[in-house]
Amino acid sequence: MSNAAAQHADGAHAEHAHHPALQHHFDTMAQQKEAAVIGMWVFLLTEILFFGGLFVAYMIYRIWYFDAFAEASRSLSLFWGGLNTAVLIGSSLTMALAVRAAQTNKRTATVNWLILTMILGGVFLGVKVIEYADKFEHHHVPGPSFVWAAHEAPADGAAAAPEAAGEHRELSLSPAQLQNTTQIYFSLYFTMTGLHALHMIIGIGLMLVITWMAWKGKFDAEYYTPVEMSGLYWHFVDIVWIFLFPLLYLVERHH
Amino acid sequence: MSGHVSSISLYLTIFFALMILTGVTVGAAFVDLTPFNFLVAMLIAGFKASLVVWYFMHVKWQSHMTKLTLATGLFFLVILLGMSLIDYVSKDFTGMPPVIQ
Repeated sequence: MSNAAAQHADGAHAEHAHHPALQHHFDTMAQQKEAAVIGMWVFLLTEILFFGGLFVAYMIYRIWYFDAFAEASRSLSLFWGGLNTAVLIGSSLTMALAVRAAQTNKRTATVNWLILTMILGGVFLGVKVIEYADKFEHHHVPGPSFVWAAHEAPADGAAAAPEAAGEHRELSLSPAQLQNTTQIYFSLYFTMTGLHALHMIIGIGLMLVITWMAWKGKFDAEYYTPVEMSGLYWHFVDIVWIFLFPLLYLVERHH
Repeated sequence: MSGHVSSISLYLTIFFALMILTGVTVGAAFVDLTPFNFLVAMLIAGFKASLVVWYFMHVKWQSHMTKLTLATGLFFLVILLGMSLIDYVSKDFTGMPPVIQ
């Protein structure tokens, strides 16, 4: 911000007036930004490998007990899952627009896009609460009270009829085996979606701070790194869901 | 220096592409492509993720150093997934999976 830089310039740094956000161990704003971007990506790589481990566990059990995964996956609601995918992609758009507003010196727009992003994140978590409640209601939470009844109505209720009519191919697992192996699917379901939801809660927490900073006028076209970094985090969380949606909701829908 | 500023129409294009691809992946799941359903779903998800990384996360306009950092991470993800799964996919003869009563 030019007036802030001017204030700073009348001191010891008069010969090279610099941006107030420039830390003394960097030469230029560009160098400082580059360091932040690479640092953030290194952090995101640890996150990729963190979720990668869960994907490996998922793949191994899916290969071993495919029929259980297919059956259990059909019990999830495509409506809620699809809606949440759309909501999260929408929140990625509003986040990108928040960063763009910060880049173009639009303080109010930055704040508004960030608030909208947080609202969409809240909608996603709200839908997740509905889905989790449904799992408790249907005894689909792994543990002593878990019950898997074969061919039961999926959460939507609509697609139940053709299933009951016996259009399914033969399952390789007996009902007793399904009772145990579908629990593995739901253990992974709760672990993966739960950790994803935790990331979203952290992301919303980050955005609360960033929104407050933006409101205070801490950012301008020269310095908006915190907005961009929380944007990178939020988009990463979106990408995790882009993979979780087909892996958990669409295991085998065509039978 | 203020970084590349993308146009709003680019962001909207990416957004609509992601929404359409979400519809495509749901539609494809209802078509029997055995044994390619999983491959198709992962290719679509991978393409969607690439769009987010390239445009929303601005990697297209970042330095070679940033791109290399990302590529390194993806390389290790491939090792993690690939080398773990090769073991499990290729061991039918060991009596896996464990029999569950």
